[in-house]
Amino acid sequence: MNSTRDTISEQPVTPAEQTSEMSVARVVVDVMLKPEILDPQGRAVQGALGRLDLQGVIDVRQGKQFVIDLEGDLDEATVAKLHDIAEHLLSNPVIEDYVLHIEPAGTATTGAQQ
Amino acid sequence: MTARIGVVTFPGTLDDQDAARAVALGGAEVVRLWHGDHDLKDVDAIILPGGFSYGDYLRCGAISAHAPLMANIVDAANGGMPVLGICNGFQILCESGLLPGALTRNESLHFICRDQVLKIENADTAWTNDFDNGDHIEVPLKNGEGRFIADSKTLEQLEADNQVVFRYVDVNPNGSLNDIAGISNARGNVVGLMPHPEHAVELLTGPTTDGLGLIRSVLASLTARSVA
Repeated sequence: MNSTRDTISEQPVTPAEQTSEMSVARVVVDVMLKPEILDPQGRAVQGALGRLDLQGVIDVRQGKQFVIDLEGDLDEATVAKLHDIAEHLLSNPVIEDYVLHIEPAGTATTGAQQ
Repeated sequence: MTARIGVVTFPGTLDDQDAARAVALGGAEVVRLWHGDHDLKDVDAIILPGGFSYGDYLRCGAISAHAPLMANIVDAANGGMPVLGICNGFQILCESGLLPGALTRNESLHFICRDQVLKIENADTAWTNDFDNGDHIEVPLKNGEGRFIADSKTLEQLEADNQVVFRYVDVNPNGSLNDIAGISNARGNVVGLMPHPEHAVELLTGPTTDGLGLIRSVLASLTARSVA
């Protein structure tokens, strides 16, 4: 939670933090409702797209993205634990699917600012 | 001896006071339980009340399902202890795996608050044996994410095994599959429903006193268990 807040904060980064050598692994988990599950939020957004004159919209689905920063390199056990957490806490396998991506240590970037 | 019924409070639970009042009016002893403990305090049955635990963050009930006390509740439920989940409590029971299926955003996207008529579909559970099959009760309903869904195989199995306990009558307020308002586990000791029987225990504040029937039911089932 804190790391996410730090990433998106716009406070100036101090020189000490800039030169920090701690390697960071970033794990990104995307969670989407299964295709067969009704997504009333996506449907409401689709309605808004029509009102904004975007033509030809076939479907809109709304999902969630979790960005988890971890200290150091990820070992196999940690990756297995992350998959378990993605399946049983971050998503509900009854209604949702997840996709987990790992960005190599040291290449973490501020994904929230695009 | 008076039965001891535990009422669990999570951060963001709202209806624990009403649930406790319903238990007391029903003639049982109220035992307050805290989500962060590992102590069921020798209760005979447990109610997970409604509310917005953890602000409904992540998914309704998802974070509470991993609370320390839930490990004890899952063990006790698997051992046959009567457990009732109301609204957010129902969501927690589904998230914890004690009940199948899931509760999702109402089809209309509206938060719904109304008095709702329910049909008792299974009067053999620990929480409904005071009723007869086909009885109608009227209790308040208030939720934004009360649409019960499950895959078709699970749904067929719930229907075939009489695990649909409550069904909406006249109107399906949230798009729940098969008009399902509440279900039980196979054994019938764990029951969850979206509407609020604990708000229908006194005519001053509720549409009926039908909710007391659930407390009478669990007291009867506890007596039957202790005799057996």
